[in-house]
Amino acid sequence: MTESPALAIKDLRVTFGDTVRAVDGVSVEVRPGEIVAVVGESGSGKSVTSMSTLGLLPPTAEVSGVIQVGGVDVTALDGAGLRAIRGAEVAMVFQEPMTALNPAFTVGWQVAEALRLHFADMSKKRAYERAAELLEMVGIQDAKRRLGQFPHELSGGLRQRVMIAMAIACEPKVLIADEATTALDVTVQAEILDLLRDLRAELGMAILVITHNMGVVADIADRVVVMYQGKVVEQATVEDLFARPQAEYTRRLLTSVPRLERGAHRARARTALREPGQAAAGTPALALSDLVVEFRGERGSKVRAVDEVSLTIGAGEVVGLVGESGSGKSTVGRTAIGLIKPASGSVRLLGESLTGAKGRDLRRLRRRCSIVFQDPASSLDPRMTVGDCIAEPLIINKIGDRDDRVAALLKSVRLDPSVRARYPHELSGGQRQRIGIARAIALDPELVIADEPTSALDVSVQATVLDLFLELQDRLGFACLFITHDLAVVGLVADRVAVMNSGRLVEEGPREEVLFDPREDYTRRLVASAPVPDPAAQRERRAQRLSL
Amino acid sequence: MTASVPSPVVAAQPAPVVGPYRRMVRLFFANRLAVTGLVLLALLLLFCFVGPLVHPTDQIHTQLADANLAPGVKGHPLGTDDVGRDVLGRLMVGGQTSLEIGIAAGLLATLIGTVWGAVAGYTGGWLDAIMMRVVDAGIAIPALFLLLVSATIFRPTVTTQILIIGCVSWLVPARLVRAEALSLRSRDFVQAMMAMGGSHRRAVFRHIIPNAIGTVVVNATFQVADAILLVAYVSFLGLGVAPPATDWGAMLSNGISYTYDGYWWLIFPAGIAIILVVSAFNCIGDGLRDSFEVRLQGR
Repeated sequence: MTESPALAIKDLRVTFGDTVRAVDGVSVEVRPGEIVAVVGESGSGKSVTSMSTLGLLPPTAEVSGVIQVGGVDVTALDGAGLRAIRGAEVAMVFQEPMTALNPAFTVGWQVAEALRLHFADMSKKRAYERAAELLEMVGIQDAKRRLGQFPHELSGGLRQRVMIAMAIACEPKVLIADEATTALDVTVQAEILDLLRDLRAELGMAILVITHNMGVVADIADRVVVMYQGKVVEQATVEDLFARPQAEYTRRLLTSVPRLERGAHRARARTALREPGQAAAGTPALALSDLVVEFRGERGSKVRAVDEVSLTIGAGEVVGLVGESGSGKSTVGRTAIGLIKPASGSVRLLGESLTGAKGRDLRRLRRRCSIVFQDPASSLDPRMTVGDCIAEPLIINKIGDRDDRVAALLKSVRLDPSVRARYPHELSGGQRQRIGIARAIALDPELVIADEPTSALDVSVQATVLDLFLELQDRLGFACLFITHDLAVVGLVADRVAVMNSGRLVEEGPREEVLFDPREDYTRRLVASAPVPDPAAQRERRAQRLSL
Repeated sequence: MTASVPSPVVAAQPAPVVGPYRRMVRLFFANRLAVTGLVLLALLLLFCFVGPLVHPTDQIHTQLADANLAPGVKGHPLGTDDVGRDVLGRLMVGGQTSLEIGIAAGLLATLIGTVWGAVAGYTGGWLDAIMMRVVDAGIAIPALFLLLVSATIFRPTVTTQILIIGCVSWLVPARLVRAEALSLRSRDFVQAMMAMGGSHRRAVFRHIIPNAIGTVVVNATFQVADAILLVAYVSFLGLGVAPPATDWGAMLSNGISYTYDGYWWLIFPAGIAIILVVSAFNCIGDGLRDSFEVRLQGR
């Protein structure tokens, strides 16, 4: 432990303007070959910290403190000095592989450019050869062919690998991965985390991982720095942190993280009331049979987003629909409520056919169900007050007594009735999602489609919103199609679970069976890839997954 | 799930509610250029509509004895025209016509264009295709040509001018609003409203148009400026409102005949008035755009 740190941040303070203190006295050290994770919720200052190490903050930011990379103080450097550090000493991988690569150039050109920027005497041919080597190093097969491809021809996971290849092109001493796996599916995330671990072993780099995901932390980190409101609240080894969290905030954070465990299902008194056989007896809330949805693709060709999916949701039942991005799970949700027309197959809502319904009939059916979207920022009209947003379903369906109802709805989602006069942009993400839920239950629906309702929220907020959602479901007894990519969340809310992969329903069954004893390979891989917030258990799961 | 996560209930905050519209108004008034435009426009409106009370003149009868007096003569601060009418008074009366037609026609064009574009963009499909081909066809015919033809068919009055200009210049706002509607219709809040059983009319008028209002209002100011210029063109070509009524374009046209006599006071006042009012509207439009477009703020 006498080795000098590769990256040392001492008493870093960053302020924007006079009032906003983004980072307040943060000190972090990363030694060569060590992986340190910085965790925190949005607004905790973790990304600002990582940006400041490369001098990438906007000019309005006031920075004080010391940032040393291999003993050199970065904060004292000017433009040319910073450029020499960037890439060569410290490299960074960003969250969005979609936008971080230039769509106008081939992958090979971009990797070669990164090389030639730092090795001025490297020939073009040599740079391309080295680029191919780098792509192989980050686990891209058929690297020579990939060099000639454009970013849009690659999947998200491959793009993130290319970003990592560019980052390690000049063999930096420090690699910063800023939410580098957040936009990826769990199976891909697991692969990228494996890659980072391999690179650390091969190149002996110091890696700083910025993340909000406690599962990722448990999976990859040696040491963890917990940030909250610009301050470091706790620093510990990963085992200590998860086993014996010291700070109050860390403890709260850890209890908020949903876990994929057998006993984690909500305790419900009424579960006894609704044995599987009983649910099937009544009219199902939603019955999809052989549903096919097609979108127009390139040059008139048709892309099947949903391929012969059959699914039934009994009255009052919560069915979790899981799948990775592009699996068609959201499309199923939107088709179920009539926002998308299926190419073939049928949708029966509450015992009536939705597929043929038009005009008044369709509207009458829709009155009895509702939908909660992922992004509360875009599902509320920015030009309407909160009160108007919630009252909208009441206005549409000509229900009087709106003032009292809106107040009651706000109360039932645990918001103060005074927020009704405010506009959505003035509220936090969690508050906005509560309003989305209040709007969804305004007509006392029999079926609610919840499309990733908590994915855009921080874990502690997610916990309260999920709590609220479940409480309402218990009280109002609506059936629910709960769409999510997060297995732990599904384990928490669903009675039954359905798994989708590239448009098809892979597996469907009771929660315990699908999540803990899956029949299909795909489900098994999916479950094994989801990182759990427990370092010891995660190590075991990793070994298990790699043997799959 | 845990109960240790704090504060499920949001405390009532006494902070004043700042709606999106009020925030825009505040930003608008913080913009020096916009306020300059607004003040200029207010002064011009006062000049045209209140001015005649302070400086009453006879704009109906000709006084050939006083024809072509230079500025500064007692009672005629800006001189008189070729039939002896006071130029200052005439500028006020002509301005009334120009502003009335310009503002009304600009608003009419904006109204038609907004509804047309929002319906086309929201509906999509074949209806959109037909509606937008109509717009393309309309843009292909020069507006000035249409104006001249219709001015020879209908007797030009203030009302017909408003209707004609309004009906030929709604094409650009229609295109702009359609583009906005295309992206707005797939937004979640429109989808959510459809899922509640809302009607298409509600989607267009309650969600699409209010969210396109930035584009609409900014474009409206430019529409008004353009309409004022169009009126001036048409009148300049002798097809404006019939005498003794007049507007700034007709005054210019009249003054041009005396260019070689050096009667500058027949040209400059009307010309400057047109420039001022058009600039005023453009400044207001720029200011509005800045306050609507969050991304341009602070530039």
